[in-house]
Amino acid sequence: MTFINYAAREINCKVVYYGPGLCGKTTNIQFIHQHASPEAKGKLVSLATETDRTLFFDFMPLELGTIRGFKTRFHLYTVPGQVFYDASRRLILKGADGVVFVADSQESRLEANIESLQNMQDALKQHRLDIATIPYVLQLNKRDLPTSLSLDELRSQLCLNGEPVYEAVATTGVGVYDTLKAVARLVLTRLKGR
Amino acid sequence: MPLGDLILGEEDHQRILALLDRLRHDANARIVFLLDRNGQPIASTGDLAGTDLTSLASLAAGNVAATEGLAHLVGEQHFANLYHEGERDSLHLNLVGRRMILVVVFDERSSLGLVRLRVRKTTADLIPVLDDVEKRAMSEATRAPFEAAFADITDKDLDALFAD
Repeated sequence: MTFINYAAREINCKVVYYGPGLCGKTTNIQFIHQHASPEAKGKLVSLATETDRTLFFDFMPLELGTIRGFKTRFHLYTVPGQVFYDASRRLILKGADGVVFVADSQESRLEANIESLQNMQDALKQHRLDIATIPYVLQLNKRDLPTSLSLDELRSQLCLNGEPVYEAVATTGVGVYDTLKAVARLVLTRLKGR
Repeated sequence: MPLGDLILGEEDHQRILALLDRLRHDANARIVFLLDRNGQPIASTGDLAGTDLTSLASLAAGNVAATEGLAHLVGEQHFANLYHEGERDSLHLNLVGRRMILVVVFDERSSLGLVRLRVRKTTADLIPVLDDVEKRAMSEATRAPFEAAFADITDKDLDALFAD
């Protein structure tokens, strides 16, 4: 749900990073937070366990710039990836304007990716959102690991419907901004294409 | 425009703000803050210096959402309000209609009873205003100027956003 505030001349959008446990959702947001200019970013809020696993969500606001006199503000959220936090994941997807699925490229995590992707589609449906129409980007993370599957293999297993796909190494920032730009572009393009 | 987008005009903002101001005064509160259930801050008033409203909104919305999940588990639709008592400041959160949350931050100059009483009155007054905003957000007259402004966004405009 985009919130357009004429009083403040702001467009506020919500983007959710989804994916299986330990795929790098939080790492994406942390990288953006570390590298965004201080005036563009707000505080990074992390509700995590003692071992730094996301318990509820991570959140950061990011101001991208002005378009047609409106400030564009993106609220970036991650969901907890672990299977048993399903209820929390569903809550966080509510009202999303755009979704990034962060896949773990390692062969051993293929099944977890597929399960999480299905879980995401089910959760979106519960909120009357459709993966075919909501701005959606697939990120293939951990491309630097020797155990990662080939791009073709991952595309054939995880691509849904011609969505933009980005390779990433979130720990070093490779592909992190490309992914964010792609989803932000889709969300804003949707504003004009309604 | 997908169903459910919210477009808030200057006049609506002022109407909401007037109700929040009155509540702050009547409840002797430090901060009064309206947000939507997705964590978007809508309007706020009070002693805002040093308060990170964006984080507060996202955490308050998460708090309400999680509490609603708990409510479902015990067979309730929702719990209409939440109260967090601190040593100095306390927080009172109250659902307003289907999509908003009213947050009041108060200290020893007020009391839970007073806040609850005044919040109830303000909630009742806010609901028709917000219904009005929601109805108008769906109307052509509200959407048309915005859509016209955005109809000609070019790739260049979007690229400019990411120039840095």
